[in-house]
Amino acid sequence: MLAERRFRRRRVDPFAVLWASPALLWQGAFFLAPLGLLVWLSFWSLRNFRLIPDFTTANWDRILTRDFFWAAFQHTLVISAVTALVASLIAFPVAYFLAFRARAATRRLAIFMLITPFFTSYLVRIYAWTIILANEGALNLLGRALGFETANLLSTPTATVIGYLTLCLPLVVLIQLFALSNVDRDLVGAAHNLGCGPLRTVLTVVLPAARTGLVIAAAFAFILAFGDYVSPVFLGGSRPPTLSILIVDQTRSGNHWPRAAVVAVVMILTLIAVLFGALAAAYGRRKGAA
Amino acid sequence: MKHERRALDAAAPIRRARPRGKPLADRLLGAFTLLAFGFILAPIVSIIVFSFNADRFPTMVWGGFSLRWYEAIWNDATVRAGFWRSLRVSATVSVIATAIGFATAYVDYRWRFFGKTLYLAVATLPPTVPILVLGLAMLSFFSTIGLVGTLAGVVAGHVVICAPFAMALIRLRLADMSPDLEPAAWNLGATRWATMRAVVIPFCRPAIFAALAITAAVSFDEFMIAWFVGGFEETLPVRILAMLQGQVSPRINAIGTIVFAISITLVAAAQLLTARRARHEEE
Repeated sequence: MLAERRFRRRRVDPFAVLWASPALLWQGAFFLAPLGLLVWLSFWSLRNFRLIPDFTTANWDRILTRDFFWAAFQHTLVISAVTALVASLIAFPVAYFLAFRARAATRRLAIFMLITPFFTSYLVRIYAWTIILANEGALNLLGRALGFETANLLSTPTATVIGYLTLCLPLVVLIQLFALSNVDRDLVGAAHNLGCGPLRTVLTVVLPAARTGLVIAAAFAFILAFGDYVSPVFLGGSRPPTLSILIVDQTRSGNHWPRAAVVAVVMILTLIAVLFGALAAAYGRRKGAA
Repeated sequence: MKHERRALDAAAPIRRARPRGKPLADRLLGAFTLLAFGFILAPIVSIIVFSFNADRFPTMVWGGFSLRWYEAIWNDATVRAGFWRSLRVSATVSVIATAIGFATAYVDYRWRFFGKTLYLAVATLPPTVPILVLGLAMLSFFSTIGLVGTLAGVVAGHVVICAPFAMALIRLRLADMSPDLEPAAWNLGATRWATMRAVVIPFCRPAIFAALAITAAVSFDEFMIAWFVGGFEETLPVRILAMLQGQVSPRINAIGTIVFAISITLVAAAQLLTARRARHEEE
């Protein structure tokens, strides 16, 4: 009766199959199949605006030999990495404060406020930033009132990063907070008792203990920024274009799906590489004390 | 506490013994945290406040209280139609995604089998693929099976990204269920279906409600798949995207505020349910 009893002969349990199949069928039909087709689509050809199933590398040759593609690739990679780094650096003191210093009630309220952004439209929040960052926006008015030289932030990479942070910062704080909450308090106390200063405790005890969560948080920030289309368009002014902008241009205006598929496959491959790197960093052999 | 602080101010030059307190560092940390939350909440506050601003130009100048943007979207048939489509899609998605998420979570909890890692990877990986890439993949695949331009296509795509969230929430809850609970019911003669109905599902109920709320919210806000796959069946976020690309207008704020008001009710409900669970665990 119990499938998990290993001393019994392995036999397919219809009850287990029944529970396992919904995810398999749905994700097979609407996740794996589309992704599989996407990969194949990058080898199709386009004649007279009609897609023809094919095995040509023409799309790959065309995209991979263009400078604008590599410029976009590099720009997307760098700006996503910067976002992951900035988000991690901003989030850590916040998560540290909430995990170790704040009262339980404050922490609960903070978590509630961190979840709230997920329930507000990302598009509308980006629209709000276009107003705040505009030439006559709140930030510049405040800056001028304080006597600063102001500049138009809109249509700059800085604005794009602000948009990315809007998307990923709450999630990064939440994951870091979760990671820090699981750090053994006795370890921190022991470090204090042995005369270890607060900063050194953070660097030598807390950071290594929470490493997995911190790396995963940064990886999520990278993934979200890498794939986002809205921030680079509406805050960054599409200049320079990111890979996501290339895809949308090729799909919606250019109507060249196979070329868009090439860019998409490159994005997936890049993310797989980054994910493996992150997993190695998160779970790999730990240097120094365990 | 108050007393201690005053004493500290009076004796400012004297260094306090190290480990306990550290009020200055704490206050700096607290101030930094406030700033970070200011950054996170600034756009949300701006949306709400300026949805009531009479001034039509999107600047930071207050032109007086007005409900004109709410009136404008109320009279906008495309916004109303988009809202109803989004509502129908997200309600359908939340039920299907939560059902699939529950089944997957239960499989992970109950059985060990060959290829389980692969199975779980397929079930949980969709959110790590950029949604734009998924949108393109679904557009090309759905166009071959006639799902492009239909809300069914949007639902199919949204369930893909929502089911893993439901699975994670329900799996966390199942982790707290004693592995002996089900065998106890079976030994007492309950069938596996009866055990599922009378033991497992009631135990997971808070997580199931939370999953319903969160998947509904994710689906309601999703615009990439809806944009690529939905065609002329514009959902509300796709309408907002079109507004952003065209004539920008404070109407976007009014839409954002209404959606926020609805969603926050959902979050509050989900939060209440999970908080009750957390309190239960602390005891």
